[in-house]
Amino acid sequence: MIEILIEPFQYEFMTRSIVTAIGSGVMLSLLGPFAINRNMGFMADAMAHATLPIIAIGVFLGFSISELGVPASILIAFFLGYIIKNSNIGEDTSIGIIFSSFFALGFVLISILDVTINLEDLLFGQILAVSNFDVVIVVSMSIGVVSLVVIFFKQLLFYSFDPIGAEVKGLNTNFLNYLFLVILSVSIVASLQTVGIILVLSMLLIPAAASKLITNTFVTSIFASIFFGVTSSVTGLYFSYFFNLPSGPTMSLVATGIFIFCFFVSKLSKVKI
Amino acid sequence: MNNVKKDSLNDTAIIVSDGCCVQLGNAQALDDVTFSIERGKKVAVVGPNGGGKSTLFNAIAGLVPIVDGSLKIKGMNPEDAKGSISYVPQKDLINRNFPLSVKQVVEMGLINKDTLNLFSRKKINKKIKEALENVGLVEKINENINNLSGGQFQRVLIARGLAQDADILLLDEAFSAVDVGAQEDIMNLISDINLDGKTILIATHDINNLEEKFDEVLCLNRHCCAYGDPSEVLTSEVIEEMYGSHNEMFKFHTPESHTKNND
Repeated sequence: MIEILIEPFQYEFMTRSIVTAIGSGVMLSLLGPFAINRNMGFMADAMAHATLPIIAIGVFLGFSISELGVPASILIAFFLGYIIKNSNIGEDTSIGIIFSSFFALGFVLISILDVTINLEDLLFGQILAVSNFDVVIVVSMSIGVVSLVVIFFKQLLFYSFDPIGAEVKGLNTNFLNYLFLVILSVSIVASLQTVGIILVLSMLLIPAAASKLITNTFVTSIFASIFFGVTSSVTGLYFSYFFNLPSGPTMSLVATGIFIFCFFVSKLSKVKI
Repeated sequence: MNNVKKDSLNDTAIIVSDGCCVQLGNAQALDDVTFSIERGKKVAVVGPNGGGKSTLFNAIAGLVPIVDGSLKIKGMNPEDAKGSISYVPQKDLINRNFPLSVKQVVEMGLINKDTLNLFSRKKINKKIKEALENVGLVEKINENINNLSGGQFQRVLIARGLAQDADILLLDEAFSAVDVGAQEDIMNLISDINLDGKTILIATHDINNLEEKFDEVLCLNRHCCAYGDPSEVLTSEVIEEMYGSHNEMFKFHTPESHTKNND
C-alpha cells in the first residue's frame, strides 16, 4: 500500500504536481465557505473566465501564465469590484456582462495575436506540466492567502455577515471588500494550471458545500472544507496517475463524490460536527 | 417646527440635528430636520413608510452624506463618530447564511479595525457573557443563530451593541422581522434593559403605548413633525402631519387619552 502511495514520487513532475495540488486545494477550499455563504460562485466563475484576455496578451508578450498570475488577478479583482459597486444594473447582470465579454475577447485576441496556447489545458487544467517556478508561485500564493485570512479573519467574517454593521463599527469595509476580492482572484488565477478556468469553480465551491452539510459552525466548516479540498485534489491526482485520466476533471469528480457522500450523511444523520 | 427648541442643544445632548438635509438620488429624504437627543434616553422614531426613519439612522451612522444643515454625534461629524454607534440594520441586510454562534455575533461588537489576532479571549468572554445576561440569552451562548427565533436574533444584535460599549444603539425596523409576541418581548426588553447611559433609538410603526416604553418620541415625515415626551407630543395634529388624514387608527393618542392613561 505504502509503495503504491509513494510510487508517483519517483517522478519529479508528480512531486511538483502533488505540492501544487495541495497548495491550490488549501487556498481555494479555505475561501470556499466565505464564497458560498456570500453567494459569490458566479463572481468567482467570472474571475476565472476574465483572465483569458490577460493571458492572451501576456503570452503574446512572452510571459508565462504563472508570471501573469498576481498582476492579472489584482487587476480583475479591482475591475470587478469597481464595476459592481458603481453600476446600477444589478450585481448578477454586471458580472454576467464582464464574464461573457472578457471570455469572448480572450478567444478573439488568441486568434488575432496568433498566440500558441493549449486551450484544453487552460480550460481544464494541466497540473502534470507545472514547472518549478509554477510550484513556487502556487505555494507562496497559498501561504500568503492563508496568512491574510488568519490575520483578518474576524474582520472578514464581520464584514461578510453584516457589512453595514461593520462599517458603522468603524471597520475599513472598502479595504475588506477589495482584500477578499484580491485573495479570491489570486487563488483562482494561481490554480488555473491545476484545474483550469472551467473547473476551478468546482474546487472552490464543492468542498465548501460538502462541509456545510455536515458541520454546525463556520470555523469547523472551514477546516472540513480544507480537508475535503486537499483530499480531492491529491486523490484525484493519484487516480489520474494510476488510471491515466485527465487530472483536473478527476479532481473535480472526487470532490463531487465527497459532496454526494456528505449529502447522504446529512440526510441520514442529524448530528453535525 | 413643533416642540423643538434650539436652546435645547445643550451639553448633555448626544445627537444634535440642526436643519439636517439628506438627498437620496433626486429625492429629498430628510428636509430641515432639527432635534436634540440627550444622553441615556430611549427614543422611538416613528413615521410613515418613506418618511425618512432609515435615512435618519443612516445619517447618524455616517453612511449617507448630509447636504445641508448639520448633524453632530457627541459634537463630531457622524463619519468621525463611527465606533460610538452600534447599528442593527433591517433584517434583509444581514447575511444569515453564515452558521455563526450567538457568541461569535456578540463578539463582533468587540471587533475594530485593529483586531488582527484570533487568540486574546479572556476579557472578551466576560463582556460577551455580560451582554447576553442583559438581554436574557446567556444560556444560548453557543447556539447557532439559525436556530433562533426572529425576536431572539434581534436580542443577540442588541447584545452585540451592548458589548460594544457604544454610546448610541440604532435599531432600524427591529419589529419588521418578528411576530406580535416577539415585538412585545423586544419592547419589554427595551423597557427593562440596563442601558448604562447608552442612548437607544428604535424605528417603529407602532405608535400605541409609546409612553410606557420610551422617554421620547421623534415624529418624522421627511421633516421633524415633533420631538419630546410621547404623552405630550403625539397629538392628532402631529399624527395627521405624519400620516395624512388616515389617523383614525391612532385615535387613542389624543391628549385626553394620555391624561386618562396617566391617571
